Amino acid sequence: MGELNGPGTARNGGQEQRPIFQTTGLTKTYGSGAAAVHALRGVELEIPEGELVVLLGPSGSGKSTLLNILGGIDRASGGEAYFKGNELTAMKERALTAYRRRHVGFVFQFYNLMPSLTAAENVELVAEIAPDPMQAFDALKLVELEARADHFPAELSGGEQQRVAIARAIAKKPTVLFCDEPTGALDSETGVTVLKALQTLNEELGATTLIITHAAATGAIADRVIHFADGRIREVVKNAVKASASDISW
Amino acid sequence: MNVSGHMLSTLDKKLLRDLWRIKGQALAVILVIAAGIALQVMSHGMMRSLEETMRAYYERYRFADIYAPVKRAPAHVVSEIQALDGVSDAIGRITGGGLIELPEAETPVSAKIVSFDPDTFSPINGIYLAEGRMIDPTRRNEILLLRPFAEAHGLSPGDEISITVYGARYRFKISGLALSPEFVYAIPPGAFVSDPASYAIVWASNEAIEAAFDLDGAFNEFLLATARGANSQALIDELDRLLAPYGAIGAFSRADQTSNRYLVEELAQLNTMGRVMTPIFLGVAVFLMNIVITRLVETERDQIGIMKAFGYANHEVGAHYLKFVIVIALAGAVVGWGGGLWLGKLIAGIYQTYFHFPFLVFVAEFGTFAIALAVSGAAAALGAIAAVRSAIALSPAVAMRPPAPPKFARGRGFSGRIFNSVDQLSRMIFRRLAHQPFRAALTTFGIGAAMSLSVMMRFNVNATDYMLDVSFNIVDRSDIFVSFIEPLSQEAVFELGHIEGVTLVEPVRSSPVLFLNKRITQLGAITALSEQPVLNRVVDENLLPVTIRGEGIVLSRQLADLLAAPVGEMIRVELRDGRRPVLDVPVVGVVEALVGTPAYMPIDALNRRLKEPLRISGAYLKADPLKRASVYRELKSFPEIAGVSLQREAYKNFEKVIDEGPGTFRYIMTVFSIVIAVGVVYNSARIGFIERSHDLASLRVMGFTKTEAGYVLLGEIIALVIFALPIGSVLGFLIWSYLAGALSTELYQIPVIYREDGLGYAAMIVLLAATAASAYIQRDINRLDLVSALKTKE
Ligand SMILES: Nc1ncnc2c1ncn2[C@@H]1O[C@H](COP(=O)(O)OP(=O)(O)OP(=O)(O)O)[C@@H](O)[C@H]1O
Ligand SMILES: [Mg+2]
Repeated sequence: MGELNGPGTARNGGQEQRPIFQTTGLTKTYGSGAAAVHALRGVELEIPEGELVVLLGPSGSGKSTLLNILGGIDRASGGEAYFKGNELTAMKERALTAYRRRHVGFVFQFYNLMPSLTAAENVELVAEIAPDPMQAFDALKLVELEARADHFPAELSGGEQQRVAIARAIAKKPTVLFCDEPTGALDSETGVTVLKALQTLNEELGATTLIITHAAATGAIADRVIHFADGRIREVVKNAVKASASDISW
Repeated sequence: MNVSGHMLSTLDKKLLRDLWRIKGQALAVILVIAAGIALQVMSHGMMRSLEETMRAYYERYRFADIYAPVKRAPAHVVSEIQALDGVSDAIGRITGGGLIELPEAETPVSAKIVSFDPDTFSPINGIYLAEGRMIDPTRRNEILLLRPFAEAHGLSPGDEISITVYGARYRFKISGLALSPEFVYAIPPGAFVSDPASYAIVWASNEAIEAAFDLDGAFNEFLLATARGANSQALIDELDRLLAPYGAIGAFSRADQTSNRYLVEELAQLNTMGRVMTPIFLGVAVFLMNIVITRLVETERDQIGIMKAFGYANHEVGAHYLKFVIVIALAGAVVGWGGGLWLGKLIAGIYQTYFHFPFLVFVAEFGTFAIALAVSGAAAALGAIAAVRSAIALSPAVAMRPPAPPKFARGRGFSGRIFNSVDQLSRMIFRRLAHQPFRAALTTFGIGAAMSLSVMMRFNVNATDYMLDVSFNIVDRSDIFVSFIEPLSQEAVFELGHIEGVTLVEPVRSSPVLFLNKRITQLGAITALSEQPVLNRVVDENLLPVTIRGEGIVLSRQLADLLAAPVGEMIRVELRDGRRPVLDVPVVGVVEALVGTPAYMPIDALNRRLKEPLRISGAYLKADPLKRASVYRELKSFPEIAGVSLQREAYKNFEKVIDEGPGTFRYIMTVFSIVIAVGVVYNSARIGFIERSHDLASLRVMGFTKTEAGYVLLGEIIALVIFALPIGSVLGFLIWSYLAGALSTELYQIPVIYREDGLGYAAMIVLLAATAASAYIQRDINRLDLVSALKTKE
């Protein structure tokens, strides 16, 4: 399995360090001919390590597609994507699995917890295959759910389930954390709790975090906001000052 | 809402797409249904064909209703018989044994010679002339020969053969090849199975053979046709009385006639096979249908909800899912019917080499298709009814709510200390099993049922091997059996012993008898043996030799049951040869027998009771393997010999019948049992995959490898398969015990023997099926589309 530790692994280095992700001319096309759907039409992107990045854009603009390619669960049709200098777009299935196993944490809109495992076990599930994981209990503590460790997903609320999903994603101490509409199924108040957890984690663990959301207000908590439209990046806005998740609402 | 009128309604398009989506599972159900139907069409069709052919043949060729063999009766007795009440016609004839010398055979071939009157139309037991011409009544040297025998030896009309009768050699010319309803199954006395090459039937005119049998102007057998409504038993008793002065051996009805008996028992076996196996197959099909449709409805809860919310009526929703069932049932019926016809024709061809009918056509009545369709539809509907009903019962609101979450709750299933050391993936397996125990049990039972078929088939094979082994290696360890035309004195033993190369001679006396106990009578034979037989032994159920000693009689279990005569009972034995003495003897033992309903006495005791010097009717020989050829040559020159049978040949014939003959049935069944095992395991695995593809995709996204994801799903299947092994073993054994009993007849006892290798073999088939299904499912796991699996909620 390929070890993906290129130069510049230090988490908190100088200001403009080498980007953790970099893409050039990234495209994704579904189908062909007249029926072809161009989900990505040439994405040029650089994301510095350790940042919290928010992706905004209309429905169908290609946000999820980009995130999935960067997360190693989907393949691009053209162009290149690099993770710490390693070309993701050239990797074989096996190397991508190893990449996800070692470096990536995912949080999805629909939680995707294993119904047959308790909260703690869902976290341990990922910890078991990580080289240097957190204690499941500690991960749950970070999302303030230690009291519900022994509960099955069916016994938790949507927001609680999402926080278990976050605990699961961070328990392996991932290098990057991808969140596709993590608050999409939640009310605003619960959504704030979840975002707070993500923000804390980004600050305490230094994991580069990418969050897709439809709530524009969320952009305030990011280091950088990427505006997506029609398969391309329309605009990148850097925040001089980051707001706290508890100060926003939508 | 009117959805008809279009070429194909939207719902029907959905139906087709859904069918295509579950094509693998649908195919598995179709194949299992088809296997059941094919079996039914084949066995039932074969049975009907045989029955119908037999009935027509018997009727057209006037198969005798009653046989009355005697030692010698003057020709005029025929008219006395004709005058009896209930007799519509009667004829007399001469029958006897002969030996045919064939250049290519190393031993003489036994023949049964039967006389008939070529001048007149025979009112009873007509002869079907298959080839050549009838005997010319003016020529005394012409005969008809049983066609299969002629074919086996390349003999045709015009050829000449020599037949030895009572040591005298006669040369005959074959004028034609024939068949007869009394020799549909031609088997020499004492043989296990029919072998066309080793037993001949020869028809000749009375004049041609009466001198040879010393029966000028006399007969030794009468054939009767009874009048409608006649009481056969009364007639038989009357015949026995009438013919007693002529050495009556005992009249018997058609039911006891050898050929007919084999035929009738074959029919019964076909019937039993179809009756027992079809429900098992269809039961498995019901089970499969049930899990497939139930699961389909479960995954479509929200779609059902939406359809109903938009105004589809209950019956439209119900009809939609019923169409699934109908399509599958129809496909199962068509494939099964077609397969059954094909197999039926195959089997009919095989039957024809053993049962000699002038014609045997596998009749494919269209009615069987209607039955197939009804049975298939019933099986499918039975499997789907609950699921379809639950689909109808869903209220739109409930149906559209998120899919009933698998409610895993604390305090259930696996937790606690020991469980702490188990990894999370294995926990997922255990929890799921513990969470839905009923469902797990159902799957386990289904796999067990599939396995039981393999167990049963293997036990069946084991039983035949066992019969073969016991008969030829433990009971009969001789090389050659010679039978005499008439009982001979001790002298014969010495003469046989003096043949160069014969190392051991064991005399035996077999006499036709009538057993009587209280009011029960039973025709049979008594076998008298030396006290410590070496070559042909009697063994108990543990296969240990039984010593036949004292003045009593040892009965086979079946005979003891027929006569209701346990050990200690006094029974009466009327001998039907020699001076026809009557003995009262105690039953001193009961032994298990695999073939027939024998009874044994020590040869010395029998002779003492008969006040006769030693008389023997045959002898078992052991021969030096290097000198066998010369032994056979010597035997050919013994005038008193009625037949020579080589155990080696008999063994080969038996094996051939098992491998190529009606035993082919077993191979078909074996193939079917494999189809079922694969079908059930694949279906269970595939449904597990569909249900959990979301979880599996999530695991893959988290960085678990394909193998790890596969472990979660396939681990569960393997666990279920392992639980199924003991169930399948027990079930298979029970079914076989029942089937062996049902297939056993007076002619053959099918033993229920338990051998681990039968279970091992079935377990292997199921495990192989599981491996193949797992490999196939692993392929699905490898191809999981991670992105699309995460887009949807389930
Ligand atoms: N499997 C697919 N086949 C065809 N087209 C697809 C497929 N998956 C996505 N698309 C198309 O690709 C485009 C981008 O999809 P993507 O899921 O990335 O959008 P998104 O920005 O995440 O939208 P949303 O905010 O609604 O989640 C869309 O137009 C979509 O229709
Ligand atoms: Mg999206």
